[in-house]
Amino acid sequence: MRREGSAFQGLGTVFVKELSDNISSVRMLVLELLVVLTALAALYGAIDNLRQNTAEDPFLLLRLFTLARDPLPSFVAMLGFLVPLMAIGLGFDAINSEHNRRTLSRILAQPIYRDALLMGKFLAGLATLGVSLTALWLMVIGLGLIFLGVPPGGEEIARSLVFLVVAIFYAGVWLSLAMLLSIVFRSPATAALVALGIWLFLTVLWPMLAPAIAQVIAPPDPRYAALGLETPDTGLWAQFLLRISPNDLFAEAMQAILSPQTRTLGAVFLEQLRGAIMGAPLPFGESLMIAWPQTVSLIAGTIVLFVVGYVIFQRQEVRA
Amino acid sequence: MSEQHNDNPAPPPDAVITAQGLTKRYGKANAVDAVSFAIRKGEVFGLLGPNGAGKTTTILMMLGLTEISSGQVGVLGFNPARAPLQVKRRVGYLPDSVGFYDNLTAVENLAYTAKLMGLSLQERTERIADALRRVRLAEVAHQRVATYSRGMRQRLGLAEIIVKRAEIAILGEPTSGLDPQATIEFLELIAELKRGGTTVLLSSHLLDQVQRICDRVALFKAGRIEMMGSVAELAVQVLGAGFVVEVEAEGSGIARKLSTIPGVTKVETLSADRYRMTAERDVRPDAASAVVSVNGALKRLSVDEPSLEAIYARTFQAKREGVRHAA
Repeated sequence: MRREGSAFQGLGTVFVKELSDNISSVRMLVLELLVVLTALAALYGAIDNLRQNTAEDPFLLLRLFTLARDPLPSFVAMLGFLVPLMAIGLGFDAINSEHNRRTLSRILAQPIYRDALLMGKFLAGLATLGVSLTALWLMVIGLGLIFLGVPPGGEEIARSLVFLVVAIFYAGVWLSLAMLLSIVFRSPATAALVALGIWLFLTVLWPMLAPAIAQVIAPPDPRYAALGLETPDTGLWAQFLLRISPNDLFAEAMQAILSPQTRTLGAVFLEQLRGAIMGAPLPFGESLMIAWPQTVSLIAGTIVLFVVGYVIFQRQEVRA
Repeated sequence: MSEQHNDNPAPPPDAVITAQGLTKRYGKANAVDAVSFAIRKGEVFGLLGPNGAGKTTTILMMLGLTEISSGQVGVLGFNPARAPLQVKRRVGYLPDSVGFYDNLTAVENLAYTAKLMGLSLQERTERIADALRRVRLAEVAHQRVATYSRGMRQRLGLAEIIVKRAEIAILGEPTSGLDPQATIEFLELIAELKRGGTTVLLSSHLLDQVQRICDRVALFKAGRIEMMGSVAELAVQVLGAGFVVEVEAEGSGIARKLSTIPGVTKVETLSADRYRMTAERDVRPDAASAVVSVNGALKRLSVDEPSLEAIYARTFQAKREGVRHAA
């Protein structure tokens, strides 16, 4: 049955209202403060490290993103950990709070479709995360200019912009997941708990479990073990399983983009190294090709999770 | 005459809501089971029945908020399943325990929904100010809704319907949980809507209030409409006759004259100058004329209207007894 009118009528109104709510909410301010403080600490470590160790580096700005100094992680590793928290914080009560406030039926009794409400909330969440990440990106560039005194090159800016886009889609996966849970569970506390549980599982437990599962699927060959090498099949399975986690996809994409000397993200075969100058940076386009599968996977994850939530929301009974 | 749910007469020409065999199934259970009715323009129509009787599901189907399993419903000539936006542009809905964004003021809450209605800034500003004045919330218009009482929230919900200039207002349990003063104020606002030409459909458990404001009612039970019509019509059907008119007058031949009034089913002589009439309608004007026409001296006239509560109790009690007998 074909419906009359546009599915996105009212989208702009919902988007603006939700964006305003997100940006002015205490929850978001606390999360942003946490991310900024942690980012500043990571950047301080990186700047200090660069000042002491690196005299000449064509990608000095990119080092700000990737350098770590114990006990602090790198800026990218810190974002990989905290961005999901921000996204979950924005999405876990997107729909169920409307049920609980009893505003859903009143809003849906206005001349809009559910599509506009869900899409408006999602885009507002993504825009909020985009604004926050862009502010962080500008902060890194600005601090780099101030403390390192070296203007960034064009390729550095391009690579850091790709970092920004990938980071937004990485946040998008978690936002879609949190919104899906907010549709499935009527209680925001349950949705938040399940989202945080999935986040902890994929961030902390999965990197430990994946290699163990890989060893069960493809047991290590003792001949490789005798040489101190990892069995290729086992390694490939471990890598495949690890890539189920968005964190791993983000980390791999960032490695390819922000470390230009990265030639591959998987096993390296000898013929791939023929003619290669070790440590030489790859052109931007080739780095982009290496990161492409991971980036597409993050975009696909965002879309698939959103679509699942969309279908469930369309079929849900709206009584309150 | 009252309309039966299982009859499918042609809807009246001024009908704004029509339902024909409207059904909603959840699995094998019928939440709404082939109901048919027509609501006329400008009337206040009440949906009555216990919890789970199918009232809210019927309303949600009218608004296109839940799918129709079978049957048809038309709202102002539009099919809510095919043209929900057309329906929602013209119909205001105030659900039971209406919710607002507590962190926003009344004006901000109304501005948000007015934007969703597609109103321009000028229209929004004018209509919101007018609506808040009409529901007597103008003085607290810029306070956060978190500070509002339940009665104020219900009135704010009605303001939203006024901002929309809805042709039909659908109200779910609008006075449930309100104190007596807030209830009186709210019922007065509903009466104002009716005077303004708005058709009002309300569902409620509060029978005395429904009786006070509704022109017609439908009694829902287990997804079906058991009875439908005005309270007087239902009283005739269920109680035999609903109105009891007492006449106190001096004169001769009064009882015989009173018994000729159309609609009067019984006249009892209580004393030399007191008579009790049982009638299908309020026959006080006719009784007064009858006394005067036989040169009698009228001293007092009183009427006991049929009670919806009695009709409701009798209807559902009869059904329960029927079930017990069947068992």
